[in-house]
Amino acid sequence: MDGTQEPDNGDVPRVGLFATCLVDAMRPSVGFAAAKLLQDAGCIVSVPKAQTCCGQPAWNAGDRADAAAIARQVVDTFGAFDYTVAPSGSCAAMLRIHYPALLADDPVWKGRADALAAKSWELVSFLTDICGVKSTGVHHDGVATYHDSCSGLRELGIAGQPRTLLAKVDGLTLREHDTADVCCGFGGTFCVKYTDIAAAMTDKKIDAIAATGAQTVLAGDLGCLMAIAGRARRRGIALRSRHVAEVLAGMADRPAIGEGE
Amino acid sequence: MNSAARGFPERAAAALADPVLGAALDKLQGEFRRDRGAMLSRMPEFEALRDRAMTVRNYALADMDGLLEQFERNVIATGGTVHWCRDAEEARATVTRLCREADAKTAVKSKSMLSEEIALNDALVDAGIEPVETDLGEYILQLRRETPSHIVMPAIHLNAGQIGDAFRKSHSDRDSGRDLSNADALLAEARATLRRRFLDADVGITGANALIAETGSILLVTNEGNADLVHTLPKTHIAVVGIEKVLPTLSDAMAVVRVLARSATAQEITSYTTLVSGPARTDEADGPRAFHVVLVDNGRSKMLAGPYADALRCIRCGACQSLCPVYGAIGGHAYDAVYAGPIGAVLTPALGGLERAPHLPQASSFCGQCEDVCPVRVPLPALMRRLREDSFRRPDIAVAGRRLTRFWSWAARRPALYRPGLRLGLAMLRLLGAHRGAIRSLPFISGWTGARDFPVPEGGSFVEKWHASGREPKR
Repeated sequence: MDGTQEPDNGDVPRVGLFATCLVDAMRPSVGFAAAKLLQDAGCIVSVPKAQTCCGQPAWNAGDRADAAAIARQVVDTFGAFDYTVAPSGSCAAMLRIHYPALLADDPVWKGRADALAAKSWELVSFLTDICGVKSTGVHHDGVATYHDSCSGLRELGIAGQPRTLLAKVDGLTLREHDTADVCCGFGGTFCVKYTDIAAAMTDKKIDAIAATGAQTVLAGDLGCLMAIAGRARRRGIALRSRHVAEVLAGMADRPAIGEGE
Repeated sequence: MNSAARGFPERAAAALADPVLGAALDKLQGEFRRDRGAMLSRMPEFEALRDRAMTVRNYALADMDGLLEQFERNVIATGGTVHWCRDAEEARATVTRLCREADAKTAVKSKSMLSEEIALNDALVDAGIEPVETDLGEYILQLRRETPSHIVMPAIHLNAGQIGDAFRKSHSDRDSGRDLSNADALLAEARATLRRRFLDADVGITGANALIAETGSILLVTNEGNADLVHTLPKTHIAVVGIEKVLPTLSDAMAVVRVLARSATAQEITSYTTLVSGPARTDEADGPRAFHVVLVDNGRSKMLAGPYADALRCIRCGACQSLCPVYGAIGGHAYDAVYAGPIGAVLTPALGGLERAPHLPQASSFCGQCEDVCPVRVPLPALMRRLREDSFRRPDIAVAGRRLTRFWSWAARRPALYRPGLRLGLAMLRLLGAHRGAIRSLPFISGWTGARDFPVPEGGSFVEKWHASGREPKR
């Protein structure tokens, strides 16, 4: 690009970053880490102001009408980008898998939902599978384990991509816990509605993590991380919880989730 | 809301506080996870077998009525009788009548979830016929007056000590000082006790894993061999079977068998796979003189015509229970339903009405493990979500968080209101605990802080900070 023209698509993909409501509200640094990773991978990153939530709480509660209304709003907000990328497997799966189902009977919106779905990605898999990133060239000291968030794993097939990139992080030792693919007990509003059951599930997750000797748990979804961090803290267990993007971007210098400043 | 739904949180809390149950569930899930993983590693074609089993079940369901009629013709041709029952009441009445016609005092039974579904044992007792469960797990539960907590391992919630206690109490004619501390001793005692009951029984009642239309046979898949004694020793054999179990051919049945044991217990195949075709022939010395198949609808044909038909593919392997993390935390009894866990969360309301079990489809984190292991690929999370839609629409069904969900969606559709609202909320949360990093108690999300600290937001909104920093590219 010679700079005299309006930047158009060219070879440089324009990415709409869907920060997700949790990252937007709870941990902006994950948004900045995601943006840096995307820019380093050669993307132009835009953060539409009209973004709020992907509608998953309504969709999973059975509130189809509200979920569809939010879906149409997201389709409108992100439809013009080459790609929509979210630092979350479950929100990306919402756009990629569930919007087409949600708007399937809507003659006006079905085509647009399908089009958005086809270009919507979870952050780490987008970096590896679309941008061809092999390493993010960063350093992070410590021993960590990776938790597979359910939606990313089972709806989008994300498992190898984060591990491949984390293996290239200088100074980082990755140790698997043997139930990495088992639910952490978050489940969106599930953990608020079924407090005790969810806590028992998180306890099993925390115990499996502790058994590896890892000091840090990494995952691609902030909801899981907040649930694990909050429960570990309640039990007085020293465990750092971080979004995988923080480590991959070399931006893991802030206090971990739920840690004081 | 019915009493079952009201009591769910209490039953779940009691289950979570029960260390014996917790240990049993951890053992079940840990071992099944390990063994199934080993099975998969020996069997790269398992995904193709799942596809085949799903296809077979789908085309059988698509032609269910025709196949059932073909099945009946072939049962009659082999000398048996078929009885059609619309609901549980008709099924109980039919089995009871058949037992009376056989002058039955006792009926030995092999494991059948359908018999649980229609509450057959209670009806038999009321009619003066003693039902005797002969599957070891079911026998233990009968002694303890309990219901199954798992589809294929009904007594999985118990440990050896509890089983020994039940045997001591019930087998009072035996030496009270005997050693019952290990599985072999328990098994030997159950076998010796049950052997007598087999020989005395007038009627044998089984379920069936499949009905084969082309031959009029029923398929029985077991590990203990008890079912084969149940249907060969007494003079009368009654099979009570859900109508959705019908399959066109023996080859189709083998497609199901190939995934059934692998999904139920991670075995390649169970110890016994038996086809029963009619009563004993006139030139045969052994076997039942009468063979009855009691076909039970009980909501199935209605379900087949509706949005939950996919769940009728279920072959009752229990894999979704054995790997479900919610089931793994609370066990089967907390659900207070014949079918617990993910498949029960769909079958129970789909067969019997949502108002009877509105809590079941809600009690899931939608992790998707169930769909991932289902040998016939029942899309359980999608079906549970659909049931939640039914609940959300119905004012007569209480849905936790219904108004909060609507409020959140209302706000999410109004970015111009959402932004200042978020700013205010974040500022308040920061005031409550920024220095500590987390908050121990928040009244408006006590469901969270009841078990976890709430991480304090980092400060500011990402979207606003991004735009304030001038990073947004110019158009």
